[in-house]
Parts: sequence; structure tokens; C-alpha cells
Amino acid sequence: MKITPEMVDYISELSRLRLSDSEREKMTGELEQILAYMDVLNGIDTDGVEPVSHIFPIKNVLRDDVVEASFDRAELLRNASWADTETFLVPKAVD
Amino acid sequence: MNWEVVIGLETHVELATKTKIFCSCTTAFGGAPNTHCCPICTGMPGTLPVVNRMVVEFAARAGLALNCEITRKNRFDRKNYFYPDLPKAYQVSQLYLPIARNGRVPIQTEQGGEKVIRIHELHMEEDAGKLVHDPWADQTRCDYNRCGVPLIEIVTEPDFRTAEEVVAYLEQLRSTLEYLGVSDCKMQEGSLRCDVNLSVRPVGSETLGTRTEMKNLNSFKAIARAIAYESRRQIELLEEGKRVVQETRRWDENKDATFSMRSKENAQDYRYFPEPDIPPLELSEAYLEQLRARQPEMAQARRARYQRDYGLPASDAGILTGQKALVDFFEAVIALGAPPREAANWMLGELMRRLKEEGQEPKSMALTPGTLAKLIGMVSAGRINRNTAVKVFRAIFPDDGDPEEYVQAHGLEQVQDAGLVERTVEEVLSNQTAAVADFRAGNVKALGFLVGQVMRQLKGKADPQAVNRAVSERLKQPEN
Ligand SMILES: [Zn+2]
Repeated sequence: MKITPEMVDYISELSRLRLSDSEREKMTGELEQILAYMDVLNGIDTDGVEPVSHIFPIKNVLRDDVVEASFDRAELLRNASWADTETFLVPKAVD
Repeated sequence: MNWEVVIGLETHVELATKTKIFCSCTTAFGGAPNTHCCPICTGMPGTLPVVNRMVVEFAARAGLALNCEITRKNRFDRKNYFYPDLPKAYQVSQLYLPIARNGRVPIQTEQGGEKVIRIHELHMEEDAGKLVHDPWADQTRCDYNRCGVPLIEIVTEPDFRTAEEVVAYLEQLRSTLEYLGVSDCKMQEGSLRCDVNLSVRPVGSETLGTRTEMKNLNSFKAIARAIAYESRRQIELLEEGKRVVQETRRWDENKDATFSMRSKENAQDYRYFPEPDIPPLELSEAYLEQLRARQPEMAQARRARYQRDYGLPASDAGILTGQKALVDFFEAVIALGAPPREAANWMLGELMRRLKEEGQEPKSMALTPGTLAKLIGMVSAGRINRNTAVKVFRAIFPDDGDPEEYVQAHGLEQVQDAGLVERTVEEVLSNQTAAVADFRAGNVKALGFLVGQVMRQLKGKADPQAVNRAVSERLKQPEN
């Protein structure tokens, strides 16, 4: 599949990434390589093979519905790049 | 041209679990901002979600009750988008393997028939946080207390043609989920929210028109009005030769209209992929069998039982079983010994009337089953007559007052003294000579008038049937 610079722009927009011209050029080539590898995978006969979405042979990892103490708010907010005493803050994000 | 309206619904229901879907923080409503949070539900790097067993159980039980096929091998997926209501920048949901599919919900139509609404799928996901946009500064405050609260989203096929069908379905859905106890379904608090997908097409056309999605609908009334408005808007556009634009529209309750929401750029491209942090979930046949065995008697079964065992008319049984709060109340009243038909009559008559007058929901009323059972007992014991009982009921309804005390305090106890009744009849008949003559001349209506006069003299505290008997008896005697 041919990756165009417009496709890279679109994907970086969705991922909120700002790319310089040289980065964009580099990314275009790398994405094309990755997709070429997908073509290799697509060539493999997987008839009758169950799709895997998790690499370890485990399933049904569940917990009981029992309330435990939540985290200290001040501690949580200390991890944010911007906060007041009660809430996380972000630049105004009106829908 | 005649137009057909085509509607599909996406309903989000908050599950009534104690903890969030992936962490042990409480789901309790309210709470100071960010005090029901931990590193998992605030999306801190390096944390691992662990699925709440009860969420799976509730979702599976809802799926079974909606006659769905349950997916035995489940998986979660990430829905990616950047909006600060989700600190992880993705929502954990189920796209490829939702827990339930291909359900059927029968509803009663306006014409009294039955129609089946098909359920496309039901999946589990996490709720988002609450944002407060600061009106004075360039900042938005994020409160993640609701973030990670478990939801199920129930998606129908585009099977609705009218707002009435939509409301009938939602009532049925709410009742089912309440019977199961998987959600409290309070629309005002947002535990049941609805998005409406609507398009119009010429009658007879097989292809679907361009649809819009309406959000922010938080009452059945708002849904019905939004549907009426949006179908009219689309039909007008098409009749003017214009096009309907596929978009999300917000219902504005105050303006009684829908408005286009500024579309988040590329918002539809969620780039779903399997959630690698959660191992697959496999539901065994034994597990599902155990859930099926524990399903409660649902509305339809109870409706049939009330008709069969208590002789209630279909419509009465339908109203009683329509809401869990009503049906629980009814069962409690009859468990206290009230005759079922009597209990049903009170509930469908006076109780519903008072709820309407007070603008209340059955689940929030103060009245307790014991109070109604007591009142019914007082009537059948002949202590008060029906009219008095209605007065008492109306008065004690708002605060669940004691009917006994109320009757005592207001001197409403029925006149038990047969002698007093007889003397009063005698007195009234000798005063109302014209009416008596009327009756004897063959005017039967005069009897009702005379009974009314006696009741009035006794301040309404006598048994009307006893008075009726006494007056009839006395009139049968020859004139003196
Ligand atoms: Zn948490």
C-alpha cells in the first residue's frame, strides 16, 4: 500500500502529533515498510487458526465487586502537568 | 409525498455495581471532585485494569433478558479519541465481540398489537468523566469520579417508526433492567441515557435516508418531542429539495429544537483495536445456565399471572407490572393481606392520581405498602366508607401518615349506630315530602336524592349501602 504525505498528516492529526517536514518524510517511509510487512503476514494461510488478541494463555481475570479506599487526591493531582486543588486542568476543551 | 420516519436507538445504562469496571473505586453518586479515583481510573501509565466480575454478570443477565445470543468468547477493545473526559485518550469498550447480540424486545403498539424491536448488540464499556468549562479563564476542570463507572450500551436495529414505539420500548427496557436489578435507570441522574438515530424516506422506499444522531435526551418527553421536531425538520429539507447532512445534533429542551454540534474533527475515526491489557473473557455454558436459573419473574410473566390468579384486567396488570417500584409495592400490599383486586384498584386509581398531582415517580414516593394495606383493612372492616377512605388517602399520601390517627383526629369513623341511621332516615323522609311523593309516583331517581340527603345529615360517615337499604326499606312501607 502506498502511503502518501496526506495520510501521514491525517494520522498525526488523529494522534495529536506535530511532525516537522523531515519527520513526516521519515514517517512516510517507515509506515510503508510496516504495511509491507503486514502484506507478508496477510500471505500466510491462517485458515482454521483462532485469532489471538492476548499473548498469554490466561483468561477470565476478574475481581469481586468490593469497594476499596480510593487514592489520595493530592497525590493523584501531583502527577498532572496542570491542576488546582480539586481537579485536573486542561486548556478549555468545548465540544 | 408521504414520508416514513425510521429510528434506531443507542441506550447507555449505568450498571448498579458497587465499584467501577476496572478498579475498586466506589461508583457512589456525588462526592467531592476526584475523590472516587485511583491511578487506574485516572489513566496513570503502568496501571492494569482488572474486570469487575459483577459487570460481566449484569451485562450477561441483561442480554439474556433481552433474548440475545450471548457471546461465549468476549474481548475488550480500545476506542481511541482525544477528549479530556477520558484521561487515557481511549475508552475501553467492545466493538468486535460484544457480550450479547441479536436480541428481541416485544412492545405493545398504540393500536394494541405487538411489535418486535430487534436488538443489534449489547456491549460493556466504561463511562467518561465530567468536564466543567471555566467561563472566565481558558481552562476546563476535569472530575474523574464517574470515569470507569460501568455501562452497557444497547443498540437496536432501525425498527421504530414513531415516537410512541420508542417510548414503549424504553419503558419496556427500563422495566426489564429494574426487574433484573442491574440498574436503577434514573434518567434525571443520567443512569439511563439515550441517543436517537433518525432518518426519513418516502413511504415504500427500501433504502434508508441520511440519518442524524440526537444527543442530550434525558426524559421520555424530551425524546418524543425531539423525534417530532427532527422528523419535521428533515422532511421540510427534503421537500425543499435540500439534503439532510449526516451529523450529530443536540436537543435543546428550552428552545424545543435540535442544533448541529460542531463536529470534532475526524471524530468518527476511532481506530479500534483489541485491548491488550485485558485477557479474554470466556463464559461457560454452566455459567450462563446458572444465570438463567437466577433470572427473576419478569414483567410479562407477572402480568399473565395477575390476570390469571387475581382476575385483573390486562391493562391494569400492564400498568402495575410496568414499573418495578409499582409491582414491588403491589406485592407488598397483598402480602399484608389486602385482597389483590382491591389493592390494584387503589393503586391504579387514587395512588396514580396522587403521583400525577405531586409530579412524583413511584420509586420516590413516601407512601409505604403497610399504610395502604391498613387503609384497605379499615374499609373492609366497615370502620370507614370508601369515600372517606379516599379523603384519608389523599391527605396521608405525601408523608405516609397513619390512616388510623388521621381518622381519629378528624372524627371520620363510620356511624355504626343503626338506630341513628334509622332516625335520620325517618327525619329526612318526613321533611322531603315532595321527593317521597316523586318516588312513589315512579321516579326512581328520587331514591338517590333521598339517600344523598341522609348521607349529608350524617356528614358522609355512614355506609352508603346501609343507608340505601334503610331508605328503600322505609319507602316500601305504606304511607302513614
Ligand atoms: Zn479507580
